Amino acid sequence: MGRYAIQRLLGVIPLLFIVSILVFMFIHLIPGDPARLVAGKDATLEEINGIREQLGLNLPLWQQYVNYMGDLLKGDLGESVRSGIPVMEMLESRFLPTIILTFTSLGWALIIGLLIGIVTAVNRGKWPDYIGMLAAISGISLPGFWLGLVLIQVFSVQLGWFPTGGIDTWQSYILPSFTLGAGIMSMLARYSRSSMLETMREDYVRTGRAKGLREFTVVGRHALRNSLIQVVTVAGLQFGFLLGGSVMVETVFSIPGMGRLLVDSIAFRDYTVIQALLLMFAAEFILINLIVDLLYGVLNPKIRYASK
Amino acid sequence: MSDNSTATVISVPEETLVNRPATGKFKAFMSKFMKQKLAVISSAFILLLFIVAIIGPHIVPYPPNEPNYDALMEGPSAAHWAGTDEYGRDILSRLIDGTRLTMAVSLSAVFISAIAGTILGLISGYYGGWIDRLIMRGSDVMFSFPDLLLAIGIVAILGPGLSNVVIAVAVFGTPSFARIIRSVTLSAKESLYVEAAQSMGAKNNRIIWKHIFPETVPSIIVNVSMKIGGAILAAASLSFLGLGAKPTEPDWGAMLSMGRDYLSIAPHIVYFPGFIIFLTVLAFNLIGDGLNDALDPKTKN
Repeated sequence: MGRYAIQRLLGVIPLLFIVSILVFMFIHLIPGDPARLVAGKDATLEEINGIREQLGLNLPLWQQYVNYMGDLLKGDLGESVRSGIPVMEMLESRFLPTIILTFTSLGWALIIGLLIGIVTAVNRGKWPDYIGMLAAISGISLPGFWLGLVLIQVFSVQLGWFPTGGIDTWQSYILPSFTLGAGIMSMLARYSRSSMLETMREDYVRTGRAKGLREFTVVGRHALRNSLIQVVTVAGLQFGFLLGGSVMVETVFSIPGMGRLLVDSIAFRDYTVIQALLLMFAAEFILINLIVDLLYGVLNPKIRYASK
Repeated sequence: MSDNSTATVISVPEETLVNRPATGKFKAFMSKFMKQKLAVISSAFILLLFIVAIIGPHIVPYPPNEPNYDALMEGPSAAHWAGTDEYGRDILSRLIDGTRLTMAVSLSAVFISAIAGTILGLISGYYGGWIDRLIMRGSDVMFSFPDLLLAIGIVAILGPGLSNVVIAVAVFGTPSFARIIRSVTLSAKESLYVEAAQSMGAKNNRIIWKHIFPETVPSIIVNVSMKIGGAILAAASLSFLGLGAKPTEPDWGAMLSMGRDYLSIAPHIVYFPGFIIFLTVLAFNLIGDGLNDALDPKTKN
């Protein structure tokens, strides 16, 4: 396990490095002159040159990269081209809402997704199976932002049960997290169903039944436990889906998170902020995948022993 | 654009499978596919959408872009089945008109990623070595950006607009094709007929296209059908964020984005475009599932 963990950890470093180069290149890939784009149509040459200097675009490329990486390692993400505020400062308050949103969504998704998966697998070929699977594929096909808007209209505007947006109370997170979780919930339902069906064919399940264990024990103790490994992996891999979806959900529910900031920054061509956010999202995603990999190693004895 | 895509999407399985020596395979596939009622119904629905996409402008009840200030934000009625929007434009007409745009954007994005991904996957799997490592590490890097965020990043670079949305959605779809085709290529490479072709001195190019590529076709078809739904959602999401279609264009996602401001007074502006996106994506996903079951040798009956 130790060697496996170290291998995975070391594998992440080059990936982070390449991602940082890509994110650094972001501003150079923009067709046209980024300084001119930031300055706007009516800017004078002086203003444009000022912005070019501020972005460091007047330096040779290699020096720009060295500066960028140097600052990055110090935790300095530069300053917003628009407001001049350090990006790190802008991110601080934005970080938490997105984290709360994504993890509560994952929570919903895991609990309900697993439940649907178990119920459909146990009742394979009967009506709960058909309904559950139809619900699951519908969930994958729902445009998240639309679901959000419909939920707001029904539960906030008409029934008045939840706030229409913002993050003033914990109730504000219920609709957004459900919206964000719906897609991944459906995926997890499908995976846990097929994984349950697979494990329920295993010999140890037959043995369990043969020795007269109650069906509940067989399903819960033996089948479910072994399918959890796959489900947890899938849940982790789908985390990117949550991060991407958070942009939509934060926009719909006016949540001041990282995703909302990204959309606003694109509208304002605030390239340094966009760069920083892309890096944060990618780093977070890589980190989550790493944790999932390690967790998989812990949960799955085959990997644990193979690397010894 | 969409007219051509129509033909491709539906005819690929037939052509490729029929032309192969084992004609029985196509029959077997059809009998398996036809047994899946939901997938068949979905295919009919998608076929209908393609027809609407082609003849759309001729069947719209009202001019889709003409404002009517006497009928602002009217709910569904006999005159306007899906109501009118904030400029009094008939929503049903805009939905019909937008079918073409939505289909064209998502299908072209998926086809670009299918072509690029298939070529990369074939090269990667067949040649192996450094080029394989390069392509696979490249796709690892792409996978380390969440899908939609990668697309948003690309649009942030290239600027908003539907053609850039196509590029963005195509780029993030490519690695998954590359990986799937690579793994099929790896197993096809080991088969006897490839070895035979190699020993007869066939050129690599010929082996890849004549012997290995046909093996990958079922996987390509399944993956294309599975990806179209996601591509529609991604394109709609980008338009919703104001990064895709212009508000004036009758794109389904953009219609939602505009209607959002009037949610509390005229929710139907949001309901109808969203529902049609949902139905379309659902239909494509069900077809994908059906194709997967029908083409996957592992699933019995």
